[in-house]
Amino acid sequence: MASRKESMSTPTAPMASTSSGATLDSPVKQIQIEGLVVLKMIKHYQEEGQGTEVVQGVLLGLVVEDRLEITNCFPFPQHTEDDADFDEVQYQMEMMRSLRHVNIDHLHVGWYQSTYYGSFVSRALLDSQFSYQHAIEESVVLIYDPIKTAQGSLSLKAYRLTPKLMEICKEKDFSAEGLKKAMIGFEHMFEEVPIVIKNSHLINVLMWELEEKSTVADKHELLNLSSSNHLEKSLQLLMDRVDDMSQDIVKYNTYSRNLSKQQQQKHQYTQRRQQENAQRQTRGEPPLPEEDISKMFKPPQPPPRMDTLLIAGQINNYCQNVKEFTSQNLGKLFLAEALQGHNS
Amino acid sequence: MSVYGPVVKIHPVVLASIGDSYERRNEGASRVIGTLLGTVDKHSVEVTNCFSVPHNESEDEVAVDMEFAKNMYELHKRVSPSEVIVGWYATGFEITEHSVLIHEYYSREATNPIHLTMDCALQSGKMNIRAYVSAPMGVPGKTVGVMFTPLSVKYKYYDTERIGVELLQRTRDAPNASSGLTSDLCQVGKAASRVQDMLATVLTYIEDVLSGKQGADNSVGRYLMDLVNKVPKISAEDFETMLNSNINDLLMVTYLANLTQAQIALNEKIVVL
Repeated sequence: MASRKESMSTPTAPMASTSSGATLDSPVKQIQIEGLVVLKMIKHYQEEGQGTEVVQGVLLGLVVEDRLEITNCFPFPQHTEDDADFDEVQYQMEMMRSLRHVNIDHLHVGWYQSTYYGSFVSRALLDSQFSYQHAIEESVVLIYDPIKTAQGSLSLKAYRLTPKLMEICKEKDFSAEGLKKAMIGFEHMFEEVPIVIKNSHLINVLMWELEEKSTVADKHELLNLSSSNHLEKSLQLLMDRVDDMSQDIVKYNTYSRNLSKQQQQKHQYTQRRQQENAQRQTRGEPPLPEEDISKMFKPPQPPPRMDTLLIAGQINNYCQNVKEFTSQNLGKLFLAEALQGHNS
Repeated sequence: MSVYGPVVKIHPVVLASIGDSYERRNEGASRVIGTLLGTVDKHSVEVTNCFSVPHNESEDEVAVDMEFAKNMYELHKRVSPSEVIVGWYATGFEITEHSVLIHEYYSREATNPIHLTMDCALQSGKMNIRAYVSAPMGVPGKTVGVMFTPLSVKYKYYDTERIGVELLQRTRDAPNASSGLTSDLCQVGKAASRVQDMLATVLTYIEDVLSGKQGADNSVGRYLMDLVNKVPKISAEDFETMLNSNINDLLMVTYLANLTQAQIALNEKIVVL
């Protein structure tokens, strides 16, 4: 019984740790989204993105003091043609020009992406977000998780790159020394920005109308007790990532072993040289020239650390999601127990 | 009242979009118009997207930027190629003569377009979302007019949309019309309280019927019987074992997740050394 109670208290901790404890020292402290944007994102995924494909789009809005207000968005077409690059820029320009005609905020403030079971920490995301944040300081990426949303509650998170990570990306120095210098762990890569949903009063009136007119929902997904399907998939993805991670670790271990072996060889070589030189001196012969050691023993290439960092971040994310899911399910199971207790 | 024509199913995205473009209209414009996109079925028209089109309206003439409408439609088509123009919308309470002209234009783009009106100025205290289809009328050979016949409007949601809308509903009650996203257990609690409310409603109805205040309705009685029979009768031990195994699974997964997180954190620390 004691173990059960303990695990009930830990689920509350993850919510605090995702905001990385300390206050954000970035220019954006809060994100304010309009209901329209939320609905548009949901619709976009529902219609265009099935399976493991991600759907992306652009967020429009403006910055007010330390808040980022997102007032509209438009989706990106999928990459189906070969000349997708040129198409994209042109598409974006045309869209923004047209939206300006109807008085919609045409300032680019970020982008959104859907995710499959929470697997969004990838090189592509990092690069895109870096180029956005480099151009526009306050931009964010909104991650919408449709599968979690389908289970009962909207899952929308906003992320930015930490200033430390921005520095590193600017220098393009992804080596082990660079990362060590900056003391970046996977927790310091992304920072989450809290989201607030704000609706104008007219939209509020619309909400009242909708509630009156629409039929009551007949599916209460949130209270669904079955959990194994979702858990299986999440754990599968987690296992894949952990495999990747262990491969990376093996690579790193071989690298460090090679490095230390090389150090030893160098040491031995220099010692032998010195011995020989000492012998030759005693015999009266000229000493052998000092050869350039570094040319003889080329140091092995250190493996790139950036991917490992990304994988670690992704694993962390998966674990977080799994924990949230299990805490919800535990609550539901206890509810069911209470109900059954009443019946019998 | 029987209606002729297809049933119009609207997604909440469309309505929110119309409301938003109404709020952003130009100075002096009293209403906003735009195109409706969606899919057409045999008996229904499903409206899933829309965009506003700039237009100028004065006493005797109306000018709609058709180029703009065409461009926007092309752009939208690249993202969702299955959407076609199904009609147009206008904010406002009545249908004016200008609407007839605009409707004619749209009939060239789509077969039998529907016209949607949404009263954003709340003239009658409600939003009055209505849909119409045009039908020619008049005496043949003489002046032919156009009549807008109303259609029945239903709201259709995807499942995820419904969940999104439920979240948005919460901003109604907050004083500054805003709300944050909740944490996991809170949501379960809220869902449970919703079910509780529903049960309370059903209970009051039953009590009224039993005490004779309300007449019994057979169909409702049948639903109630279904409901009661749906609760599975499981023996106490079976339930205990099921519950325990489920809880054990979840606890184990939580433990493993925590372990993995601790592992990678350690790994980080060691590498950075």
